[in-house]
Amino acid sequence: MSSTEKFVQMFICIALFFGVVAIILLLTSKLRSRSGERVQFLAFVLPALALIAIGLLYPAIVTIYRSFQDNTGTDFVGIDNYHTVFTDSEQLRVLRNTAAWVLLVPTVSTFIGLVYAVLVDRARLEKFAKGLIFLPMAISLVGASLIWKFVYDYKDKSVDQIGLANQILKSLGFDTYQFLLTEPWNTLFLIVIMIWVQAGFAMTILSASIKAIPDDIIEAARLDGVSGLKMFRYITIPSIRPSLIVVITTISITTLKAFDIVRTATGGNFDTSVLAYEFYVQSFRSNNAGLGAALAVIIFILVLPIVVYNVRQMRRLEAR
Amino acid sequence: MTVADSVSVEAVVEKETASSRAHKTLTSPWASIAAIAIAVLWTIPTIGLFITSFRPEQDVKTTGWWTVLQNPGLGGLTWANYDAVLHGADTDLAVYFVNTIVITIPSVLMPISLAVIAAYAFSWMSFPGRDFLFVAVFALQIVPIQVTMIPLLKLYVQPPFNLQPLAGADAPGGGFYTIWLSHTIFALPLAIYLLHNFMSQIPGELIESARVDGAGHVQIFTRIMLPLMTPAIAAFAIFQFLWVWNDLLVALVFGGGSLDVSPLTVRLAELSGTKGQDWHLLSAGAFVSLVVPLIVFLSLQRFFVRGLLAGSVKG
Repeated sequence: MSSTEKFVQMFICIALFFGVVAIILLLTSKLRSRSGERVQFLAFVLPALALIAIGLLYPAIVTIYRSFQDNTGTDFVGIDNYHTVFTDSEQLRVLRNTAAWVLLVPTVSTFIGLVYAVLVDRARLEKFAKGLIFLPMAISLVGASLIWKFVYDYKDKSVDQIGLANQILKSLGFDTYQFLLTEPWNTLFLIVIMIWVQAGFAMTILSASIKAIPDDIIEAARLDGVSGLKMFRYITIPSIRPSLIVVITTISITTLKAFDIVRTATGGNFDTSVLAYEFYVQSFRSNNAGLGAALAVIIFILVLPIVVYNVRQMRRLEAR
Repeated sequence: MTVADSVSVEAVVEKETASSRAHKTLTSPWASIAAIAIAVLWTIPTIGLFITSFRPEQDVKTTGWWTVLQNPGLGGLTWANYDAVLHGADTDLAVYFVNTIVITIPSVLMPISLAVIAAYAFSWMSFPGRDFLFVAVFALQIVPIQVTMIPLLKLYVQPPFNLQPLAGADAPGGGFYTIWLSHTIFALPLAIYLLHNFMSQIPGELIESARVDGAGHVQIFTRIMLPLMTPAIAAFAIFQFLWVWNDLLVALVFGGGSLDVSPLTVRLAELSGTKGQDWHLLSAGAFVSLVVPLIVFLSLQRFFVRGLLAGSVKG
């Protein structure tokens, strides 16, 4: 297909959807009565509700159902698929890696984001300084992985390095290191990429929250002789606690679902796979549909309580 | 100077002192060094790849990008890598760039067009069970897309009731519909929720008086609501734009990896595996994919931050 044809198809698609909306608006524009309003309501919400029901609700139910079946989808196997996830040594490695991601990415990126937000608060060039950290949020995880893969590039110590990390090791007199190949620390170096991306998010939200602390609180604390780290510990942290929780839970959810970094940087080899990537491999490469479904459901179950907590905190944040 | 002016000036001055004091408590030479260290650490990797993308292939493969800084001058830099990566037969990123654009624009506009009328109905029309329906839509936000993928793919390939399959050899729209529809479906709960939040804050008297004047819901929607909604629509549009442009999973699963419909991210991830050592190509390729989201982001950051928090649980 040529580029022109693609753009033509694109315009047809947009016209189709806008056309549907326009027709709905036209057909219902004369309705005024109470029963007319019900018809109108249905016409307004049904296109969206139908897509959600067909594309989200129905598939989710099927996947949960499938997770109790074997890989061909013919026989019920009870909880066998889940049993595999929690006993198979390779799957256990995946769970351990996922745990490392979910523990480290939210905490470290929130910590760095918070420290940086405090450090540059009201500093000269604050906007510019924040932009530097925030920028990775705009780029794809594939792009971020490439950027860091280049930093980690490995060459033997005897030749000139092209990867920055190994150049630093070499100039400090150490041997060069295969960052992405050497188990178990390679997972840690993949986690660094996600921290690099997410710290900007934490910084932005927390910075806004710090600026919203009422001045009289700070003034009162100062009159009581509170200063320095104590001010930070007893005034700043408690004041921004709801935002802190929202940031940490949000990053946890993102981290649980992210598979791009593992796929781009190592392809899940060298013991670096995580749940979201393993789901992809089992479902679309190894044709283990049952196991893939079970992995997807596990992601769902892990995300669920965090989302509920996150939404409740966010509500509280908005209510203030 | 009016009273209002003097009050606001005072407020500003007071704010300045109180928070700058809070700032000072944590400011020391060490703090500045820490801030600069973080900033450097966060920018150097990108700068390194950026410089690399302009260096000749031979230089990229033998020396580090930092050697450029030791003998500055733009003499050694070249656009050749970009030319090679965009039009070279084995990379052909120009084709994928077009694909990314063709995927992204409908995937942003479609959920907006459907969500904006649904959100209006949920905010301002009465219907038995309306609130229950809205909460159900909101709750479905939390379904991770992984959970939906295989059954949805099956629906596209073998739809029931002999409907036209959306995937396969003679798929309509060259096979783009699977990706467009998937992005639309995954975005709808968030879009409806965001737009509903915004719409329900608009004062009810505005709607009431319009109704008294004889306007129907369609007139109120097109004449009053849409213009007021622009900032909220913009916030969602930018969030969704970056999400779709940077997406790998949806394109990978629903595009089937075919050259005709795969976006830049899919191609780059593939090149990272097959041409892992050709950093002159990978670096230029990475920046081809980064440049548009960076421009959008930098020029519309204000709207993006607003959409970011609300959209954080998406997908």
